[in-house]
Amino acid sequence: MATSLTITVNGRRHRVEAAADTPLLYVLRNELNLNGPKFGCGLAQCGACTVLLGDRAVRSCSTPVSSVRAAVTTLEGLGTPDKPHPPQQAFIDEQAAQCGYCINGIIMSAAGLLRTTPRPSEAQVRQALDGNLCRCGTHMRILRAVRRVAKA
Amino acid sequence: MTALSRREFLTAGGALVVTFALPVELRAQTSTPKNKLAHYGSVDSWLAVGADGRVTLLTGKVELGTGVETALSQLVAEELDVAVDTITVVQGDTDRTPDQGYTVGSKTIHHGGPQIRQAAAEARQALLELAAARLGAPVDRLTVTDAVVSVEGDPAKRVTYAELIGGRRFNRAVAGTARPKRPEQHRVVGTSVRRVDIPGKVTGKHTYVQDIRRPGMLHARVVRPDGVGATLVRVDERSVAAVPGLVRVVVKDNFVGVVAEREEQAIQAARTLKATWTLGPPLPEQKNLHADMRTGNTTDKVLVQVGDPAAALATAARTIRATYQWPFQMHGSIGPSCAVADVRGDRATVWCASQGVFGLRDALATLLGLPPASVHVLFAESAGCYGHNGVDDAAADAALLSQAVGRPVRVQWMRQDEHAWEPKGPAMEMTVRGGLDASGAVVAWDYEAWTPTHSTRPAAEPGNILAGQLTGLQPRSGFIGGDRNARHTYVFPHDRVTMHWLAQSPLRPSALRGLGAPQNSFANESFMDELAAAAGADPLAFRLKHLKDPRAIAVLEAVAKLSGWQARPSPNPAASGRLAAGRSVAYAQYENDTAYVAMVADVEVDRQSGGVRVKRVWVAHDCGLIVNPDGVRNQVEGNVVQTISRTLKEAVTFDRSRVTSVDWHGYPLLRFTEVPEAIEIALINRPELPAVGAGEPAACPVPAVIANGVYDATGARLRAVPFTPERVKAALDTAPRT
Repeated sequence: MATSLTITVNGRRHRVEAAADTPLLYVLRNELNLNGPKFGCGLAQCGACTVLLGDRAVRSCSTPVSSVRAAVTTLEGLGTPDKPHPPQQAFIDEQAAQCGYCINGIIMSAAGLLRTTPRPSEAQVRQALDGNLCRCGTHMRILRAVRRVAKA
Repeated sequence: MTALSRREFLTAGGALVVTFALPVELRAQTSTPKNKLAHYGSVDSWLAVGADGRVTLLTGKVELGTGVETALSQLVAEELDVAVDTITVVQGDTDRTPDQGYTVGSKTIHHGGPQIRQAAAEARQALLELAAARLGAPVDRLTVTDAVVSVEGDPAKRVTYAELIGGRRFNRAVAGTARPKRPEQHRVVGTSVRRVDIPGKVTGKHTYVQDIRRPGMLHARVVRPDGVGATLVRVDERSVAAVPGLVRVVVKDNFVGVVAEREEQAIQAARTLKATWTLGPPLPEQKNLHADMRTGNTTDKVLVQVGDPAAALATAARTIRATYQWPFQMHGSIGPSCAVADVRGDRATVWCASQGVFGLRDALATLLGLPPASVHVLFAESAGCYGHNGVDDAAADAALLSQAVGRPVRVQWMRQDEHAWEPKGPAMEMTVRGGLDASGAVVAWDYEAWTPTHSTRPAAEPGNILAGQLTGLQPRSGFIGGDRNARHTYVFPHDRVTMHWLAQSPLRPSALRGLGAPQNSFANESFMDELAAAAGADPLAFRLKHLKDPRAIAVLEAVAKLSGWQARPSPNPAASGRLAAGRSVAYAQYENDTAYVAMVADVEVDRQSGGVRVKRVWVAHDCGLIVNPDGVRNQVEGNVVQTISRTLKEAVTFDRSRVTSVDWHGYPLLRFTEVPEAIEIALINRPELPAVGAGEPAACPVPAVIANGVYDATGARLRAVPFTPERVKAALDTAPRT
């Protein structure tokens, strides 16, 4: 049954009604009408749903909304087309997208990496993205984009 | 190229080859069904100029992630002399856009582009004539920059497109007399304009079909049958009585859906609902898949017959024979299929990611019992589909459920739904026999392939949609696409290519990127390599020896130069140790008449684990006129990485009743830790030729370039995809020691 919860998303507090075990992903998308985090598998196997909880990249499809304590940041909270955040600008500069469906998860995973490891090695970047699947095969550009931010 | 295969493809897509008696750049092929061409004969079918001066392009072609929205905008920008970012593209809307068939086959720019360019050229001509009257100057003294028409040498005399026509119709036919710009005039075509959709995609502002929210919208899930061909015995609605927010359980023959207020409630209802099924006839055993193909009921078709290959093989100095196998594979879209439908009374509106909204509209109309004119299908982008995945099925699911409840309904397939029920790229088996003469040249080639059809698109056939099948309709399709690139493009004195089209397929088959081209190219280019090895020849020189087409020769020479290819026979005599390194080449011309792709790869084999890594890839790519070079590079990279994944890792698994690879653990994809270190690309631009596509061609050489690289590294020949570590180790065990 639904309970009333307060979560902070992209710097704003929201009061939401949801069953305690509702995945955070559905609350973000369906209660708060956010498009950033995406449904890819619901099984924490693909990373499309990734958001930041505090400074940590987490899979929102497997995070019950009732367990959320830290502030949530989604792709929208990083930046906008007029004022993109550095990782977003890097992805634009490297044209690192084809269908773009995986890109939310990849940018959020990269953002999480950079918060703990501002100058990651190639191996660290690849490892941090190992849980993110991209089916279009945009990997080479994605790696170039993350390297670009990491060097900045 | 023979006319037959193109006609088959065009018939399947409802397209028409239209040839004007005009220079090459104006000779247009179109994707629009022949009986509809006259509908779209006016500029207003394609273009509008708003009161604010923005240009709207109406196109039946849709953005699947390949960048065509941007490329088609470039064509309009070029012809109309407007900035790309002042163009709005309306895509795939049965009420608003022309029918340009399907967005498939790497044909968007090739077939869809000329229609758009011609309309835009006509629009510019119309605007110049209006401006000439307004400014009192002849048309040939007018020049246009960024939608402003001015008189050469008298810049004070100017008028904008908005002032000339903003918000009004052109009322002008696309007569075919206005000339699109010549290559030497190009200022936008041929440049790497940034993708117009990427900023929205990296900031969460882009609206995918998954992001569509309609007032009063309900959420639904379809409860799938308990196996392929299973039939419903009963549904126990009491089993979901306690699920909060449940609105309706919908049952129609074998189609079972649950509709709820909230998404998580629909998911819960689908999981909780008790439905009893009788299993369908058993599927064949997966381990017998390829053996069964050779004994199945087939329709045989000889595609090539040159000389007498059987006789030539009997007298050849050396003959070899090999059989290659490809499994069922899936599209594996990262975003499972999703659709929103609003069916109330006698009107239906459906938002979905269909590659062909008009064909789908006609099929949905039959399923809904409505006239086609009452069904409005609008394209909304989803994750990359790479062919015919579940998007049309999701559209039908949503439409039927919305019709049942009388409110807008959103259906989101779960990951397991997509893996199990999306149409699959078909399995194939290919056998090649080849003969060399005493000089080491190929004297005979005899190729056979077994596969079911590679296309079962809705195309007005509701029985090709899952919901149609679940409500008693039968699928219907011709034999399409499995023969793509079955013909090689080498020149041999004796040559035969035969297709064995299978009437049955254990899993639902349809188009996956390249259709039969990756599989056939795998066999052709592996076997060319096997012949080269038998001849003791350098594999690249061996190919050049048997090619006459200068563009084929050019891509091979370009990739040789790009990679620093050193001529020598294969295997690599220096390869040894636990990690064995090899270098290889492969080549194909997509569909034997469009893009030419040559590829070299550095491949590493771990002899202990059986692991194969593709370390570096070099590609030379000739697709005629290049509209957006970076767009082509993006597609080439994507083809290479995706096809490495298919070659090394991917096979659908199934048991006697169902697909068993129902998540990413069961169907692994290539990961960031496994992709190459680099992919280097040499693009050959031929602006005097038509733009032929880049969406699929670079997939073709990949499987063989990997197999050939493993051979070069180890002397072991891999002939069954995927090249799992187990298969690699088994091949290493039986290979001659190098």
